Amino acid sequence: MNKRRETFMRLLKMLVSDFKGWLVISLIAIILSALAGVAGSLFIQRLIDHYIIPLTKATDPNFGPLLFALGIMAVIFYVGVMATVVYSQIMAVIGQRIQESIRDQMFEKMETLPLRFFDQNDYGNIMSRYTNDVDTLMQLITQSFPQFIVALFNVTFALAAMLVLSPVLTLISLAIFATSIVIVRWLTAHSAKYFRAQQASIGKLNAFVEEMLNGERVIKVFSHEKEVQVDFEVHNENLRNDARYANGFATMLFPIMGNMGNLLYVLIAVLGGGLAIMHPTLLTLGTIAAFLQLSRSFSQPIAQISQQLNAIVQAMAGAGRIFQLLDEPAEDDQGTTTLVKDGESWYWQLADTSLPRVPVKGDICFSHVNFTYPQTKAGLHDITFEAKAGEKIALVGETGAGKTTTTNMLNRFYDIDSGQITYDGIDIKTIRKRDLRHALAIVLQDTHLFTGTIRDNIRYGEPNADDSAVISAAELARATDFIDELPAEYDTVITGDGDALSSGQRQMMAIARAAIVDPPVMILDEATSNIDTRTERLVQAGMDALMANRTTFVIAHRLSTVFNADLILVIDNGRIVERGTHEELLKLHGRYFELYQGLA
Amino acid sequence: MLRTLLSSVREYRWQTIITPLMVVGESAIEVLLPFLMAAIIDQGIQPGNMSVIIHVGIILLLMSVVSLTLGAGASWFSSQAAAGFSKNLRHDLFNQIQTFSFQNLDHFATSSLVTRLTTDITNIQTAYQMLIRIAVRAPSLLLFSIIMAFLVSAQAGWLFVCVIPILATGLFWIVKKSRPLFRQVFRGYDQLNRVVRENLRGIRVVKTYGQQAAEIDKFHRSAHNIAQVFSHAQRIVANNMPLMQFVINTTMLILSWMGAKLIVGHQLQVGQFVSLFTYSMSILFSLNMFAMIFSQLSVSQASAERVVEVLTTKPDIVAKTNAIEDVADGSIEFDHVTFSYPGTDDDQLKNVNLRIKAGAVVGIIGETGTSKTTLVSLIPRLYDVTSGVVRVGGQDVRNYELKTLRDQVAMVLQNTILFSGTIRENLKWGDAEATDEQLNEVLQQAQAKDFVDALPDGLDTNLEQTGQNVSGGQRQRLTIARALLKHPKILILDNATSATDSQTEARIRQAFKTDLPNVTKLMITQRVASIIDADQIIIMKRGGIEAVGTHEELMQTNQWYQQLYQAQQKQSGGGDHE
Repeated sequence: MNKRRETFMRLLKMLVSDFKGWLVISLIAIILSALAGVAGSLFIQRLIDHYIIPLTKATDPNFGPLLFALGIMAVIFYVGVMATVVYSQIMAVIGQRIQESIRDQMFEKMETLPLRFFDQNDYGNIMSRYTNDVDTLMQLITQSFPQFIVALFNVTFALAAMLVLSPVLTLISLAIFATSIVIVRWLTAHSAKYFRAQQASIGKLNAFVEEMLNGERVIKVFSHEKEVQVDFEVHNENLRNDARYANGFATMLFPIMGNMGNLLYVLIAVLGGGLAIMHPTLLTLGTIAAFLQLSRSFSQPIAQISQQLNAIVQAMAGAGRIFQLLDEPAEDDQGTTTLVKDGESWYWQLADTSLPRVPVKGDICFSHVNFTYPQTKAGLHDITFEAKAGEKIALVGETGAGKTTTTNMLNRFYDIDSGQITYDGIDIKTIRKRDLRHALAIVLQDTHLFTGTIRDNIRYGEPNADDSAVISAAELARATDFIDELPAEYDTVITGDGDALSSGQRQMMAIARAAIVDPPVMILDEATSNIDTRTERLVQAGMDALMANRTTFVIAHRLSTVFNADLILVIDNGRIVERGTHEELLKLHGRYFELYQGLA
Repeated sequence: MLRTLLSSVREYRWQTIITPLMVVGESAIEVLLPFLMAAIIDQGIQPGNMSVIIHVGIILLLMSVVSLTLGAGASWFSSQAAAGFSKNLRHDLFNQIQTFSFQNLDHFATSSLVTRLTTDITNIQTAYQMLIRIAVRAPSLLLFSIIMAFLVSAQAGWLFVCVIPILATGLFWIVKKSRPLFRQVFRGYDQLNRVVRENLRGIRVVKTYGQQAAEIDKFHRSAHNIAQVFSHAQRIVANNMPLMQFVINTTMLILSWMGAKLIVGHQLQVGQFVSLFTYSMSILFSLNMFAMIFSQLSVSQASAERVVEVLTTKPDIVAKTNAIEDVADGSIEFDHVTFSYPGTDDDQLKNVNLRIKAGAVVGIIGETGTSKTTLVSLIPRLYDVTSGVVRVGGQDVRNYELKTLRDQVAMVLQNTILFSGTIRENLKWGDAEATDEQLNEVLQQAQAKDFVDALPDGLDTNLEQTGQNVSGGQRQRLTIARALLKHPKILILDNATSATDSQTEARIRQAFKTDLPNVTKLMITQRVASIIDADQIIIMKRGGIEAVGTHEELMQTNQWYQQLYQAQQKQSGGGDHE
């Protein structure tokens, strides 16, 4: 509850700080519009008591004053209409501006977050913050907020007008009003309870359907359709039950409120009529007529207020999730050493510019590196090794042994707990992350491409690269054959999921993308999965070309890679258990020997 | 379309019928209230007649209680009907998907089927509830109010008849103008989602290449585009309220002037005059309801179309009547088989002939795109041949009961899919009645027993929570064990040991040989070593079979095979997969 209040205040602050002037104008417009509405109801009393009744008694009715009064009313009415135009237009635009600015803030923030965040959060969940949560928030700003305030003013002004017209009838209205509030609260409490249950049921059904449809082919192969249908029915029935209560209570609100209005209408007519007959001085006909009209503009806003209150509470949950993302701590980067280019060569520039620049060579050194993943407790223990510029380091070991984790330390996707990693003798913690990563490239097993042309994907890391650079990178990656066969060659647009490309072709794209950046250090993850022999040979040739003249870390799956490595690190359970060249390790008859037998 | 959807109403029919009836009743009473109230004013208050007030008052009170009951009842029943209808619809849709063949499934993306089962049906539910309640209330309130207005005063009636088209035009303009914009907004959302999704999946690439600024720029453009179009749409929609207010106020002014004239001319009484104000409000609000209904229904129309598309898709593989329920043996025969995926004229298999004896071990090898999976998919009838016949146990596969055929032809698919739940529950997909002894036996054969035993909860290990502890190769072996539990006559492994190391794979093959001598075994693989001992090796090329023979024969006759073998010997391909 307190949390919700905090979120609300923060949202309000955001609104007010950016749109103070507009909000003040809107508020004034809302008040004017509500006043015009009440004036209309009050006018009915004057119309009947001051104009129509006297006119019926007059022998020579003069309609002049009535025409004048109608003219004044027209002015009041149309000012009210203009006011409504003003605030509804302003709120529509403000809602969109806020929506855009929140989305931008979220995305800018997201780009700075550490990988840990992406590991720990479900993608669907993050995506829904950009769409569902922002949408609900915008609804709140463009509709719920103004309607809530309009309704609030309408009720207040209507109440004031009623008090002026007749305190007695006001008392009746208040009694009905109190009953309505009780009913509304009861209904909304019930429907809210079932709406929450419904949300949970939808979630469960969704997860079930998602899993089953993804495994639909297995269901068919096992003729398991009947069993799955039975399980589905359980989720389906639960959802029906929650939905019928949730909607049942929620939709009952409006007819009940409407009919409470009718009841009030009837009570005013009957009791007001009785009162008018017994004490004509207390109540005029015009007052009753005006009251009848007011009773309408009294009961509708109450239903609206309660409905908008619900919407506001719901939107606060979404706003909470948005703020949570905005409050995530960004990837920290205290690095001050930067990468500078002088002619064709790259140098490390230390923060203290009086110190000499260090030429970038690609010497990497791990010393006593320890690391633990927060959730799984897996990690690295005391990793120490050195890679001189241009050397090939092969990492071998079983899945989950820590090969990828080791490379993740180097580009600082994760930060080590203790120990030190140096690049050309400089502690990588002191290097600005952008620059550190610019001095490394990585080719992962599952290749991620972005929606856009083949050309833009190849020069992703160097957006200003010219065509000849793109083509030579593609040549290095042995990708020219397949690119030339594409309908628009380098201008062929691929979608992010790259369905049009085979996994081998995607890997060639990743190699070309790394080649164009041409960094002194490379991290390669050799592919194992089902690519056919010819494509595999091409991919390997590309990888070999990429490794030439660079310090390379290879997560190795091929014997030829291991043969040619300057240093093989056998990793098991996050530790280096054996190290050396192929021949040296074979002689040990240890872990490497076992793995080698598997390979052969 | 409507008929297909409505056939899912079934047991919720009476709630569906009673709702509009109650709505009509409620509207009728609501419209009568101002009429009787006018009587109180004109025959009770003005002449000072207390008994009229009391009599009419009691009737009015009773009527408003009845109207309240009807209104609340309609809401309640409409919710029951809509929730029930959507349940039936989900049921029908899900069952329909279960009857689909692989071909049908290829046609719909999984994510799109999920959306249809959830979001789309929720939209339809909302629309349905609206249709039986508000879509009945709006026209009946409008109609009754106009009738009553005419009864009270023909002149006032004509005033309303004139005002209605003005307001209707305005509302229509708003809906018409904003609809295409909203469609544009949805497209904008697709784009925005794509950028976010690509950045979530590819965050490592973005960070590696330091392209955060460029990605942020991409996102800004999408977000800005949405904000622009959406603002435009919202500003059009925002005209709704002032328009209503304008029409109501103008009507009030004209009505005041007209009423005063009529009352003075003794053609109208004060009470009737007051009731006309109420009718004008009812008429205008019901028109606003129309606008809302119209825009809501157009949203759900797309959903309805998407659901009906699935419901009306005919499953293209169904068993015959009097289908055979017993498979004689594990022999397989392809007799002049040609196959192409529907909608393509590219023959995946062309005039394929093949005979496999029961109990044989068959290896299938070839480059990607050479229809290896297609070939074996025809055996459990996952697809139907375009021409020719596939026979299992001497019978055309189309003559079998589908369940019989697929129980006897166990196929381990390329992607290892296990379901949430324990290892035991997953294995039991193969045989619900299996004892632990039987489970352990198949685990042993699939070389999965050791690692399952090593898990803290053994067979009761929950796969969902221990995704980290079970590697890809181990999951593959679980899917093999699951298939073995069916005790099939034919076992097909489609690259099912790709993530398993060679030694383990060799042990699996050995277990098959000793424990399952009578089961016909087909293995698709990339490794020659896996199929070197096979009775038959099938080399696939584009469009069909290139060669069939034993390892020794192929080494003599097939150059591609020789080269592959030598290349793999040199590289000893694969290995360290786990």
